[in-house]
Amino acid sequence: MAIILVVNGTSHTLDVPPDQTLLSTIRDNLDLTGTKYGCGEGQCGACTVLLDGKPVRSCITPVNAASGKKITTIEGLEQNGRLHPVQEGFLHQEAFQCGYCTPGMIMIAVALLQDTPHADEQVIAQRMNGNVCRCGTYPRIVTAVRMATRRG
Amino acid sequence: MATKIFTDAELEQLQHEAVRRLRYGFELDRRDFFKLMGGGLLVCLSWRAVTAQETREPVPRGGDDEPAALAAWLHVNEKGLVTVYTGKAELGQNIRTSLTQQVAEELHVPLSSIQLVMADTELTPYDRGTFGSRTTPYMGPQLRKAAAAARVVLIQMAAERWKADAGKLVASGGKVLDPQSKRSISYGELTKGQEFVKDIPADVPLASPNDWKIAGTPVPKLDARDFVTGRHKYTSDMTRPNLQYGKVLRPRAFHATLASLETADAQKIAGATVVRDGNFVGVVAPSVEVASRAVDALHAEWNAPKQISDRELYSYLRNSVGSEEDEGEQPSHRVGSINDGLAASTKTLAQTYTVAYIAHVPLEPRAAVAEWSADTLTVWTGTQRPFAVQEELAETFHLPIEKVRVIVPDTGSAYGGKHTGDAAVEAARLAKAAGRPVKLVWTREEEFTWAYFRPAGVIDAKAGVRADGTILTWEFDNYNSGPAGIRTPYNVPNQRIEFHPADSPLRQGSYRALAATANFFARESFMDELAHAMAMDPLELRLKNTTDARLRAVLETAAKNFGWGKEKSSPRRGFGIAAGTEKGSYVGTCVEVAIEGENVAIKRVVEAFECGAVVNPNGLQNQINGAIVQGMGGALFEAIHFDNGIILNPHLAQYRVPRFKDVPQIEIEVLDRKDLPPAGAGETPILGISPATANAIFAATGVRLRAMPLVPNGLKSSS
Repeated sequence: MAIILVVNGTSHTLDVPPDQTLLSTIRDNLDLTGTKYGCGEGQCGACTVLLDGKPVRSCITPVNAASGKKITTIEGLEQNGRLHPVQEGFLHQEAFQCGYCTPGMIMIAVALLQDTPHADEQVIAQRMNGNVCRCGTYPRIVTAVRMATRRG
Repeated sequence: MATKIFTDAELEQLQHEAVRRLRYGFELDRRDFFKLMGGGLLVCLSWRAVTAQETREPVPRGGDDEPAALAAWLHVNEKGLVTVYTGKAELGQNIRTSLTQQVAEELHVPLSSIQLVMADTELTPYDRGTFGSRTTPYMGPQLRKAAAAARVVLIQMAAERWKADAGKLVASGGKVLDPQSKRSISYGELTKGQEFVKDIPADVPLASPNDWKIAGTPVPKLDARDFVTGRHKYTSDMTRPNLQYGKVLRPRAFHATLASLETADAQKIAGATVVRDGNFVGVVAPSVEVASRAVDALHAEWNAPKQISDRELYSYLRNSVGSEEDEGEQPSHRVGSINDGLAASTKTLAQTYTVAYIAHVPLEPRAAVAEWSADTLTVWTGTQRPFAVQEELAETFHLPIEKVRVIVPDTGSAYGGKHTGDAAVEAARLAKAAGRPVKLVWTREEEFTWAYFRPAGVIDAKAGVRADGTILTWEFDNYNSGPAGIRTPYNVPNQRIEFHPADSPLRQGSYRALAATANFFARESFMDELAHAMAMDPLELRLKNTTDARLRAVLETAAKNFGWGKEKSSPRRGFGIAAGTEKGSYVGTCVEVAIEGENVAIKRVVEAFECGAVVNPNGLQNQINGAIVQGMGGALFEAIHFDNGIILNPHLAQYRVPRFKDVPQIEIEVLDRKDLPPAGAGETPILGISPATANAIFAATGVRLRAMPLVPNGLKSSS
């Protein structure tokens, strides 16, 4: 069955089973590997992408649920060589160690700042609590997102 | 070739072309090296030179009798670009940056002209593995020596060219300068057309940390941008032409053997191929989903022996001592006479502590991409021990070692959990059957079940104390969890300290700081109990019993920054302290907990840390902070539950890890000792948090918790 996915502004027609996860599809069919598998059960947030601007766990989202919607992945944030303010914040604070959680962290933060541009530290911790950084870099991540709220 | 900073594709090509040439008899192949790398200067540090300096780093297989056995090498090409080869792996501990800084420091080149090739069994020198906080104290000095030697040679080359006195020339910014004549020449010009090989003498002098200009500074992670853009390729992101996806059928319980297997339903699934080899059953398919579906369609019967549950764990461990024959004799540490010490003691105390199995939960699960080409095997995998995995693969597939290549892309963390080659072996077996490259990424459930765990343990502590608080006897018995960090750093005249290997019901292995987490928890909790028994302040008791200036410094710094003693603990607010030394570094930790009903929350952590001369204060802060947060999980709530060969909580929804809302205020002070050689820092900062938290909970509530995790279900159920 042909599924149309609009990822980072580009439309793709894919022949994949409708129940294949959005995560596998963008990683394995489109080779956009910035989005990560972390747990496969929506508990860690490493697979977070935006679906029509809203954050979803792509590891538990069937691809047909994303058909025709606007999908933004970590690869779609940089515009003409300019990083998104959240990416800038993470880079400036070096808010990562192994970096594996970073794309998911950045995507959830981008979504957070879209509806709460002036989120304080408590709101950030609250809204990002579903994303795991096993290296424990949380304080720097909060500071990075705070930086982005001031810039964005 | 190789005339600029390599792109990924170029590096890939270069790596393929270099297969085997650097492997055996490197002496003979140095010409080939230049064919590959272009001309220039090649600097080699032999193990003989390393071991001559009595480092504790063991020599590689083959031993140091083999003159060609090299510990490190670096190449300066005709453009002045430097390629450094090290068998260490980057796992998030930031050594790609910190090692590059050290090379830049000694070679006097900008960071941007250095490329590190890491953890590739064909290209890099043999290395036992990236663990034990060894990279900074051992690999750092080796690369500094290689770089310093290269600088000396380059100055010498310039002196010969100019007929000048080498002693009057200086190296700076990738050039040799003659301050008198104002002449200068770049490293690239010097090495052009040359094929110069230099073996490093053992005694090449290094810059003092006091004079460091690039090392010792907070250089940002070198490839940081790739991590915020998603461009960095982990093993699990790798792709190969004609790649297939693998999945393994896991037994229903540990130690199970396959009784019967029905594959017909799975074989009907389009694209799926079932592979069976002994107890190993797997599937290769064109997508992860199809592979999973095919595995689900396999009908297997397993025979599994009856196994114990976590409820019986601690008595089982204590009673199974000595059954692990291959552990060998574990000599005990004995000083003085316990009986004499006890006779002089006014107070004695004995307590038992326990530590549960916990999981590493690296966010990138174990993963491998395996590719066979004729009879050679290449595997990309996230491991801390590429050369051990290479051996594991060679052994498993009956291949000569040089037919196996293991490459470790910078990996999504490990924490001691990625020493083995499980995923690599599985992917290779499936790829062999499929005749195509196979990627295998463990699911989180597989991670929680089929990886190994931080050992559980039981620890008995006994001490005798004189009325003034001087500890006279110290007896310490650790069952199963391990001997790391088992010694006491306090001055006790009479000691008996023993590790008792036991029969672990679960597969266990390394974890960040090994058993030091268990031993620190027991020791520093027990020190706190002794202080209360003697009606002394816990800080005072510790200071009274140590003359180690470095230990005193971290204790006093943490206490001062925390405001220790300024306020008394109250039923809803408790303060605790702990300290110690491990792997050459020192940690002092103060914790404030808040008690609300049955809930315990860590509110504030103040840590003082000292690891000799600091190589990168930015990366170090990140490691210390991360260790504190990770340590909170094991301290408060992480535990693996199991029964009869089955893990009962193999999901993140059932196994709680620290999250944003758990994070307290964290204040870190690093004591930079430029007069001391750098020590590793990835492990020791995790050690203070558990005992300091237990001590803070006691200070608030009067409830002494002697089991890690301390409060998996809140306060009441733990007491």
